[in-house]
Amino acid sequence: MKRFWGFVKKEFLHIFRDFRTMIIIFVIPAAEILLFGFVVSTDLKNARVAFLDLSGDEITRQLSEKICSSGFFRKSEDLLSFNDIDRELRKNKIKAVIVFEENFGSKLIGEGKAVMSIIADGSEPNMASLVTNYASAIVADFNNRLIQTSGSVNILVQPEVRMFYNPSLKSHFMFVPGVITIIMTLVCALMTSITITREKEFGTMEVLLVSPLKPIQIILGKVIPYFILSIADAILILILSWFVFGLPIKGSIILLLAELMLYILMSLSIGIMISTISKTMQQAIFIALVGMLLPTILLSGFIFPLENMPKGYDWFSALFPPRYFIVVIKNIMIKGTGFLYVWKETLILLFFTVTSIWLSIRNFKVRLQ
Amino acid sequence: MRTILYLIRKEFLQIFRDKFIGKAIFAVPIVQMLILVPAVTFEIKNVKVCIIDMDMTAESRGLVSKLEGSTFFHVRFSTYSEKEANDLLHRGKCDLVLQIPSGFGKETGQGRQGKILASVNAINAVNAQLSWAYLSGVIRDYNLNIIAENAGARTLAALPQIQVTNRYWYNETLNYKYYMLPGVLGILILAIGFVLAGLNLVKEKESGTIEQINVTPIKKYQFIIAKMIPFLIIGLIDLAIGLLIGKLTFNIPFEGSIALLFLCSAIFMTALLGVALLISTISNTQQQYMFTGFLFIIIFVLMSGVFTPSESMPVWAQKINLVNPAAYIMRINRMIMLKGSAFSDISRDIYSLIIIAAAFTALAVNRYRKTV
Amino acid sequence: MTDSTVISVTNLVKKFGSFTANDNLSFEVYEGEIFGFLGANGAGKTTALRILSGLLTPTSGEVIVAGYNAKKDPEKIKKSIGYMCQKFSLYPDLSARENIMLYGGIYGMPKVLIKKRTEELFEKLNFREYGNRMIAELPLGLKQKLAFSVAVFHEPKIVFLDEPTGGVDPITRRQFWEMIYETADRGITVFVTTHYMDEAEYCDRISIMNEGRIVALDTPEGLKKKYNAKSVEEVFVRIARPVNNQPHPPAPSHR
Repeated sequence: MKRFWGFVKKEFLHIFRDFRTMIIIFVIPAAEILLFGFVVSTDLKNARVAFLDLSGDEITRQLSEKICSSGFFRKSEDLLSFNDIDRELRKNKIKAVIVFEENFGSKLIGEGKAVMSIIADGSEPNMASLVTNYASAIVADFNNRLIQTSGSVNILVQPEVRMFYNPSLKSHFMFVPGVITIIMTLVCALMTSITITREKEFGTMEVLLVSPLKPIQIILGKVIPYFILSIADAILILILSWFVFGLPIKGSIILLLAELMLYILMSLSIGIMISTISKTMQQAIFIALVGMLLPTILLSGFIFPLENMPKGYDWFSALFPPRYFIVVIKNIMIKGTGFLYVWKETLILLFFTVTSIWLSIRNFKVRLQ
Repeated sequence: MRTILYLIRKEFLQIFRDKFIGKAIFAVPIVQMLILVPAVTFEIKNVKVCIIDMDMTAESRGLVSKLEGSTFFHVRFSTYSEKEANDLLHRGKCDLVLQIPSGFGKETGQGRQGKILASVNAINAVNAQLSWAYLSGVIRDYNLNIIAENAGARTLAALPQIQVTNRYWYNETLNYKYYMLPGVLGILILAIGFVLAGLNLVKEKESGTIEQINVTPIKKYQFIIAKMIPFLIIGLIDLAIGLLIGKLTFNIPFEGSIALLFLCSAIFMTALLGVALLISTISNTQQQYMFTGFLFIIIFVLMSGVFTPSESMPVWAQKINLVNPAAYIMRINRMIMLKGSAFSDISRDIYSLIIIAAAFTALAVNRYRKTV
Repeated sequence: MTDSTVISVTNLVKKFGSFTANDNLSFEVYEGEIFGFLGANGAGKTTALRILSGLLTPTSGEVIVAGYNAKKDPEKIKKSIGYMCQKFSLYPDLSARENIMLYGGIYGMPKVLIKKRTEELFEKLNFREYGNRMIAELPLGLKQKLAFSVAVFHEPKIVFLDEPTGGVDPITRRQFWEMIYETADRGITVFVTTHYMDEAEYCDRISIMNEGRIVALDTPEGLKKKYNAKSVEEVFVRIARPVNNQPHPPAPSHR
């Protein structure tokens, strides 16, 4: 045991001596949290729209002003003819064109009907549907007022809304937990798989294997320093997201830390598993980064809600542990729920941890034989 | 030139000698594209609703059935207990709780305003806003119906109305696969190039093979270019495979010029490999490279506007994006493939990319030291 | 052996921060000779060798190799030299043939010539069966012989060998030196560092380094005579030991 702790200490010194790696381990997550807390957002803001106003009357001017003063849209140069639409959209200068038909105002007053069409750039479907929805909502509001002023009828049902957990509708509430998860997953898996394959590639693993240390002790010795570093990292991220984004920790901090440790342990075990199946650092990094980057971003519910995925993907994304951890963090931090609400996810994460450790040991033994 | 060819040959030999990497550079993108492209959509359907109908009148039931009639909402629960509804929201069993207080029917029946309350899980702000927008739409229709009934059907037509029609150009059905494929493809190429090219150079440093190279009269630019070209070629092959899969399995439209797309991708890859090699010239170990590289990959990808609109980013972030090669290629890919944009439409982006590519490559050459 | 100078070093100093690795070295190497750099680990041999081959820039002093100044034109020097590092540095995941093809190509040799010489080389070394195997799979002795052959494959004017026989068995070392002799016979100047004293006996001239300085430079015979020793090893022990009564005072401590 004493020999083992000596080994851990040596590994620790090894990491600390590589000053640059140390900086990187702490600076990167911090930088990323800051960057993405501010940058990554799916909110509609200042989307450029152009108007093709074939009528040019008082009402169309009012309406276009109302659309642009909402903060969601920004007015781009007016178009003069239908032919301009394709040209402008293809240059990617605008997201949509709003067309008012000819004699819009007089039709609206005379016939009681006028048509406004929104031509949105469907190559970004999300943007397109946000644009049409928001613009339609603004027009609907305008309609309501028209009805009220013209017919003196009351709008009867008046809905009121409460936005739970995130009253100001900030997108960091969605993204900060996601970024924490991505960073923890990839950094931990990368760190462990690199550190172990490095020994293999440079032949120093053999030296360790003939030492009186047991293989399991060698692996643990390499992983424990990273485990401690990762926890420090995670705490740094939590403090940053609290101070900078006001992301609350509504639930129990102890529970949150325990879950974090479990998740870090799991990511480290995945890293170990990767290192048992790769011969060189290049292979390990390829698996940990190229293989895991996109699934972690896309199948974790970080940006794209899981509920929206097509049928059959439920079981598939179930194979990617980040999704469970995002649920856990959101529940504990933002909703403030207790263990009763996350026990299922916790159990699944535990299962992933045990499985990857078991697979690593098996692969390791196969190697040695 | 001949020297570069010898070096390129060597790089290719080494890449494919590693059986795993040789297969993975093609297999990983294919598998990921097939799986990930159809997986992802922002399209919201099945918002799970819990109803608390304390009113239980014809009017309240009318509103609920209106809600059930929309394809968007899915009434899963109905309860009389506010506590139970909140718990369902808490546990994520429902996304929206609609509460109709008692007296709603009476008020609206007498032509007065009846209030209802919607509680939305807003952790995902966009989903919340969209759900709310749809709910407002349903209620608006409901209102108009009542107004029309009250006023008699004859006058409904007389109510002034602006009708809104939506058209989605280039992707009429808002098929998300069309949107995802160019993006996913771009990211895969980025990750492969970044990881392999950068690691390759650092590995030579770490294992000492670079010393034998450095003592030869090889020019610095020759060495850097020879490190770029193989990964550039691999990236373009991956792109070709990806496009083929997109055409065959997802029937992605291809409006613009394929040659232009490949040209832009080649410039993008050059810029990217320039950054990768620049980082690797200043890293001593593969570990150092990978952590720095990881930072850049994440920044490039998440800031590129591939999954989230870059217009929503703060102004300073958009300025940073001016030097982010990924931001250009994500835009260009979609413009060429889906909108058929021609060279003249994207010329400014192409020139910017060329400048970025030239600058990073020059920096990498400059930072590469042939002395120890 | 002719008397024309191919390497001329005057007052070479190389400092790394406050540490002086090469302290005021001056020497000349003549065409076609085997010049040995002898010294303990850390004596500054590798540093000097790297400066001569253009891998390091000298702090001060004049270094002329194959007619070019090492400070101003290191890249021109590289055209006329061959180099074998202390650490084996051919590509382990390429075969011998592929490594030779690469380096031959880099030095601008025509492909046909590369192929012809490769065959000759393999014939000579009895290497044919290993030619297509990954270098990583070869035994150390073969690897070292191959690394040397690659270093002289393009027929450079000078070849620099940094501890070429480290960790190699005695028989292979013997064969290795035969290859060195053969190379010198072809008129290629051989500049070799070693800490094996017996190898020093094989050199035409040797220079003994200690703590960054050259403390002796002569033919092995000349040195033995001067220090009244039976072997170079004895000479070395006498000079390199920091004892007060030695003929050359030790370098003043730099730290």
